[in-house]
Amino acid sequence: QSYQSIDEDLFEELEEILITADIGVNTTMEVIDELRNTIKQEKIKDPQEIKNLLKQKLTDILNQLSSTDLNVEPTPSIILVVGVNGVGKTTSIGKIAHRLKKQGKRVLLAAGDTFRAAAIDQLKIWGDRVGVDVIKHQEGSDPAAVIYDAIQAARARNIDVLICDTAGRLHNKKNLMNELGKVFKVVEREYPQATKEILLVLDATTGQNAIQQAKTFKEVANISGLVLTKLDGTAKGGIVIAISRELNIPVKLIGVGEKMEDLQEFHVKNFVSALFGEE
Amino acid sequence: MVFEGLAEKLQNTLKKLKGKGKLTEQDVAEAMREVKLALLEADVNFKVVKDFVKKVKERAIGVDVLESLTPGQQVIKIVNEELTDLMGQTQSKLTFASTPPTIIMLVGLQGAGKTTTCGKLSGLLKKQGKRPLLIAGDIYRPAAIKQLQVVGSQVDVPVFTMGDKLSPVDIVKAGVEHGINHGNDVIIIDTAGRLHINEELMEELQDVKSTTKPHEILLVIDSMTGQDAVNVAEEFNGKLGIDGVILTKLDGDTRGGAALSVRAVTNKPIKYVGLGEKLEDLEPFHPDRMASRILGM
Ligand SMILES: Nc1nc2c(ncn2[C@@H]2O[C@H](COP(=O)(O)OP(=O)(O)OP(=O)(O)O)[C@@H](O)[C@H]2O)c(=O)[nH]1
Ligand SMILES: Nc1nc2c(ncn2[C@@H]2O[C@H](COP(=O)(O)OP(=O)(O)OP(=O)(O)O)[C@@H](O)[C@H]2O)c(=O)[nH]1
Ligand SMILES: [K+]
Ligand SMILES: [Mg+2]
Ligand SMILES: [Mg+2]
Repeated sequence: QSYQSIDEDLFEELEEILITADIGVNTTMEVIDELRNTIKQEKIKDPQEIKNLLKQKLTDILNQLSSTDLNVEPTPSIILVVGVNGVGKTTSIGKIAHRLKKQGKRVLLAAGDTFRAAAIDQLKIWGDRVGVDVIKHQEGSDPAAVIYDAIQAARARNIDVLICDTAGRLHNKKNLMNELGKVFKVVEREYPQATKEILLVLDATTGQNAIQQAKTFKEVANISGLVLTKLDGTAKGGIVIAISRELNIPVKLIGVGEKMEDLQEFHVKNFVSALFGEE
Repeated sequence: MVFEGLAEKLQNTLKKLKGKGKLTEQDVAEAMREVKLALLEADVNFKVVKDFVKKVKERAIGVDVLESLTPGQQVIKIVNEELTDLMGQTQSKLTFASTPPTIIMLVGLQGAGKTTTCGKLSGLLKKQGKRPLLIAGDIYRPAAIKQLQVVGSQVDVPVFTMGDKLSPVDIVKAGVEHGINHGNDVIIIDTAGRLHINEELMEELQDVKSTTKPHEILLVIDSMTGQDAVNVAEEFNGKLGIDGVILTKLDGDTRGGAALSVRAVTNKPIKYVGLGEKLEDLEPFHPDRMASRILGM
């Protein structure tokens, strides 16, 4: 039982923690290599200290990013919510609307998902729950036209924050991504003075594909923040570390359930602790 | 990306061995590192990868290095065979009841694709000459019932609903009776998305199961799922005893390593894959294609 073998076991254990948290092979290897270097340089011997050092490295990666506050000031502002299918866009919109309304903001929702079955009804139910209006067209209509109308309504009603739902779309589908481009154009043209926040919603259960999602959505949209949903499960959502490192997009909010109140700010320290199974 | 050249990497790692005779433990270990990275990068679960690599290692050590094939190709061949073996050699079909109706229940995490797949599957079975009925058993998600009604009408399949005020157990009980009275030979139950660790909601599924005695409980899994796929599959299988899996959203660019994870921990076959949002986008699962996809080849 040499010192060397204890050491390697420890590294393997750390590697396992990172990989099973979906941090990804590349990021894991890089972080572990850095850790090895630091341990060598600083002649660290205590295994407990090594774990803390690793936590610190992950914390540093996430802390390097710009502010994680939701950017809705000065008003009027517009939040566009995008992402692949089923990640929690519509639900997150309900939660965000609730949060902003509690802060005293005048909020309006736009049913920009005209494609998925009953997506409009779903958003309408959220609007009713929260007590905010929803601008909607028929199922199958042009999403850009809905957003156009919603912007006019937001102006006319002196709305502080307009939150726009969009249909779930896989990032590798060119035509669907182009359709999103059209929506952004309408926003640029019709609401130039509005503060803009474009949120990409990621499901914490997602593995390495989330990096590709973030990359591709970032190409068509100026993604300003991430919403990481479904953290109330057993998935850790570690992929956001790789995304932070590569793409420099901060996590702004996390989803921890299906209810209106199940939305929290992203706390780096808590998130990193949870990666290690500590609450 | 690690994958883009797994085949090439293996060739390079093992090129020097050409004509050497047999693969040694050391040679195989080098190659297995690449395989391990590729599988992890494809989201195959850490423990599943460990077991898999161990198995391939045992088979690969001592294999003859033929002149006609590069050693890399040989290792790939073994990897591919083992992967296909793990994934199931053949297509696995649905089991139909000897006395209709056949009852099928779709379960899974939130947003996995259950409701859409209910529509797809009922449409497919209808085309095969069945008379399906859909039961709206999700009383929680906003507009879940409406969603099922819309997809049902798109494939021209009736939808049984009792609103969202009764318990799912009461709804499915009445729904199955309704189906029997109306001569439906396949009844597909949509259930609410739930977390595998939600005791109360998992119990609700157990109650739905004991009430309806489904012939097929199918776990719907998003093919983009990462390491957590094993936890989800283990819990759903442990608590319900699933009969198979439907893998959704394979029209994306995910490697889909979750398929391997789920298969490895439950030993239950993947029966269908979802390949789009449209209701015709459902196909039988091909184990061999999935193996190549996971390896990026
Ligand atoms: N447990 C849990 N479930 C969530 C969370 N956020 C959303 N969900 C659930 O995930 C499912 C999908 O959520 P939606 O809001 O419809 O997702 P979406 O991205 O709008 O889906 P599409 O519009 O179909 O692309 C629903 O069942 C939600 O209740 C969360 O933070 N935790
Ligand atoms: N691209 C693609 N999208 C899919 C596929 N299957 C389902 N979806 C989409 O995924 C999203 C979620 O699908 P749902 O059928 O609502 O999922 P669910 O499991 O019923 O969700 P909950 O009831 O909220 O748990 C929708 O936007 C669907 O259109 C697929 O195979 N490919
Ligand atoms: K979690
Ligand atoms: Mg939605
Ligand atoms: Mg559903």
